[in-house]
Amino acid sequence: MTESANHLEKIKKSLSRRNRAEKRFRWYGRTAILIGLAAVLILFTDIVSKGHGAFRIAYIELEVTYDQDRIGVDNLTDPEELTRGNWEALSKTAMRTEFPEVSGRSDKRRLYGLISSGAGFDLKDRLLENPLLLGETERVWILADDDIDTYYKSWLDGEPYAARMSAKQLEWIDELHQQGKIRLQFNSNLFTRGDSREPEQAGIRGAVMGSLFTLILTLVLSFPIGVSAAIYLEEFAPRNRWTDFIEVNINNLAAVPSIIFGLLGLAIFINFFHVPRSVPIVGGLVLTLMTLPTIIITSRAAIKSVPPSIREAALGMGASKYQTVLHHVLPLSLPGMLTGAIIGMAQALGESAPLLMIGMVAFIVDIPGGFSDPATVLPVQIFLWADSPERAFIEKTSAAIMILLSFLIVMNTVAVWLRKRLERRW
Amino acid sequence: MQATNILILILGLGVLAFFLGRGRSLALAKPLGGIRKLHSLPSYYGMHVALWCALPSLFLLCMWMLFDDPLINRLVLDSVAAEIAPKDTASYNLLINKISNLADGILPRKGESAALIAAADHLVSLRVISRWSLTALLLTLSSLGLLWGWSRISASFRARPVVEKVMQNILLGCACLAIFTTLGIVLSVLFESIQFFRSVPIFDFVFGLEWSPQTAIREDQVGSSGSFGAVPLFVGTLLVSAVAMVVAVPVGLMSAIYLAEYASRSVRTYAKPALEILAGIPTVVYGFFAALTVAPFLRDLGASFGLSVSSESALAAGGVMGVMIIPFISSLADDVITAVPQSMRDGSLAMGATKSETVRRVIIPAALPGIVGGVMLAISRAIGETMIVVMAAGMAAKLTANPLESVTTVTVQIVTLLTGDQEFDSPKTLAAFALGLMLFTVTLLLNIFALHIVKKYREQYD
Repeated sequence: MTESANHLEKIKKSLSRRNRAEKRFRWYGRTAILIGLAAVLILFTDIVSKGHGAFRIAYIELEVTYDQDRIGVDNLTDPEELTRGNWEALSKTAMRTEFPEVSGRSDKRRLYGLISSGAGFDLKDRLLENPLLLGETERVWILADDDIDTYYKSWLDGEPYAARMSAKQLEWIDELHQQGKIRLQFNSNLFTRGDSREPEQAGIRGAVMGSLFTLILTLVLSFPIGVSAAIYLEEFAPRNRWTDFIEVNINNLAAVPSIIFGLLGLAIFINFFHVPRSVPIVGGLVLTLMTLPTIIITSRAAIKSVPPSIREAALGMGASKYQTVLHHVLPLSLPGMLTGAIIGMAQALGESAPLLMIGMVAFIVDIPGGFSDPATVLPVQIFLWADSPERAFIEKTSAAIMILLSFLIVMNTVAVWLRKRLERRW
Repeated sequence: MQATNILILILGLGVLAFFLGRGRSLALAKPLGGIRKLHSLPSYYGMHVALWCALPSLFLLCMWMLFDDPLINRLVLDSVAAEIAPKDTASYNLLINKISNLADGILPRKGESAALIAAADHLVSLRVISRWSLTALLLTLSSLGLLWGWSRISASFRARPVVEKVMQNILLGCACLAIFTTLGIVLSVLFESIQFFRSVPIFDFVFGLEWSPQTAIREDQVGSSGSFGAVPLFVGTLLVSAVAMVVAVPVGLMSAIYLAEYASRSVRTYAKPALEILAGIPTVVYGFFAALTVAPFLRDLGASFGLSVSSESALAAGGVMGVMIIPFISSLADDVITAVPQSMRDGSLAMGATKSETVRRVIIPAALPGIVGGVMLAISRAIGETMIVVMAAGMAAKLTANPLESVTTVTVQIVTLLTGDQEFDSPKTLAAFALGLMLFTVTLLLNIFALHIVKKYREQYD
């Protein structure tokens, strides 16, 4: 037998083993991709299944009498009198009329526990809107307490969760349910109110407004600065050590952990320049520094993609270097730059670590109305709610995450659409 | 809001200056026979006047904003009566706050001493003076600039080069912001760290085995040893990052290989963006997922096998962090794998190697430097990742290599040390900056090294 035939034999023998290895390798690859896709799927399913309930919330129907004597208010236009008014008496009396048989201190306390502790103030707002109601009686749907809400939803789903409820309360809810006096309604509080210690009263409006102000400032600062820097580096910078140094800095800043930017903001903006804590101004400044590298890098890529022939044509027609850039290169690379800006903004919207450092983690009830009002942002609100012990906040947190994710999805879709639609290929 | 109004005023003046300058250049050009006789286009003359009008004022405004408050505070404190004069920095800050709150009407004036009220009134009057003098100064400066720029306009005046020079310097300034940011980071963490190392020796910090940052208020307080040995934090950080890498590197690398070498076009167009979704999800969402879904699941799973898994285990935090990093590694690896020249694949296949053998024996070795660089970048991200560990890892510093136990990390400690109500110059807050310095140094070195490798590698095949 010759040597080559020997080899052939060997190769044939090993062939099936090698083919098996090939197949195995292919399966490793498929598994890896499936793991990644499964992670996406599990994450979204988990969040949605936890959070979808928060968009509806339990209300209890009660007969409310706006009794002047009980509230202790005669003149609805006098703000001082309004703050002194005993508004809780309204909701409490209504509860007692609904369940007249309840007596005893602890039973009464449990009874009042059925409705939100802020219900009295909701009734106050209602009364102020319609002053004619004073002295009248009407049937009103009143916000239920968060424990009741959790229990009622889980009970409707067939797996009652009654850990924080007493037997009496369960009976009362059963009674209310049979009379059709408890129901789930769309949870508008979630979208119209600021933060609260009471889960049923808490909303994301404050955080969304805070995010909005912070992002506006970030965009206004980082987009022009980033584009200018990119134009300089691509079109005007001489090739020397200084330029190289700038580039190294930009690339490194893009990879610096975001929390370090928080330390920078704390030490420089707050302790050195005395910018007040917790305000969108300082948040916007920190996020600007953080998103700048992203915007510079994407803008440079956009400028690079404009073919040199365009510049040469403009220069050939007698345009100055500046006119070339301003009139030709910039408009052509603008879609790419906008895409980069949107991606940078999406990053900034989801960022929370540096904002924890600069005090945007405070508990703020009021909805911010400007750049210098104390505020928090959506991701930090999620962090705060996730830390709260009340069970109802899990649902709220997931709902807030769903809202945050939908903002991000919209922004990224717009970015992809812009890139596909407006970017030209040469 | 005062500053905003002034800013709008200056910008408005600038716009006015632009039109005045342009108008003058047009008027000058008319008798000469049209704008062709001018050196530059009319808009450049306008820009020239506008720049003269706005830039000096903007500069003055910035300077004023920086030095306004400290100066006024100084003046107020120099004038306060001796009985309330502050003795040290802390009481200085307290007094300033109190006076300014009184002046703003946040604190009621009833019941405060006459000296304080006098100081508050003094502050109010100084602020009014400052505001009016600033407005007057800025208006004068803007008008002077406008007049100067306007008077320089003539048909032979070279407006375009001047304007372009100024613009170029503005652009350069924007580009240099990156350097200032880096400088700001270095200075801010360095100064506070030096202050920290004055009270805690640097050797004890880097090599100390015990971390309990509560400093004692009383001598005999329990559990307030105040030891700042950061080794448990470093070990915890490395443990969590190692778990993350164990998840992310194989999955990320294999999916990159599959997508680059095996997948059909349609799979690639859908699977790739789907994986990239993982990169776009905010870290706080991962933190919530890790703390409320993965950690309890792992704990129950461990319990069913008779293992005690902490509900804040390093495994949960690291595993979820690994999922977050998958797309990061896969896209970096994808870049380097597709950069390997096709001829190398063809050569290997022509020699009779199967596809997987080509990948393993030819492509991966060729792409190795790039892959290593990508993994190093991923490690630096894992080390610096904050929200996941803040929400899902523990607070107590434990020196352990067991991923089922709860550990704490550098970033968790920075957040816990700085979000409490602490005096700024206590060792506790300063320790956070020292940790920040460590974090920055390590990630910076990793990044520089990784970027260097990746760049070298790219040049090899370009």
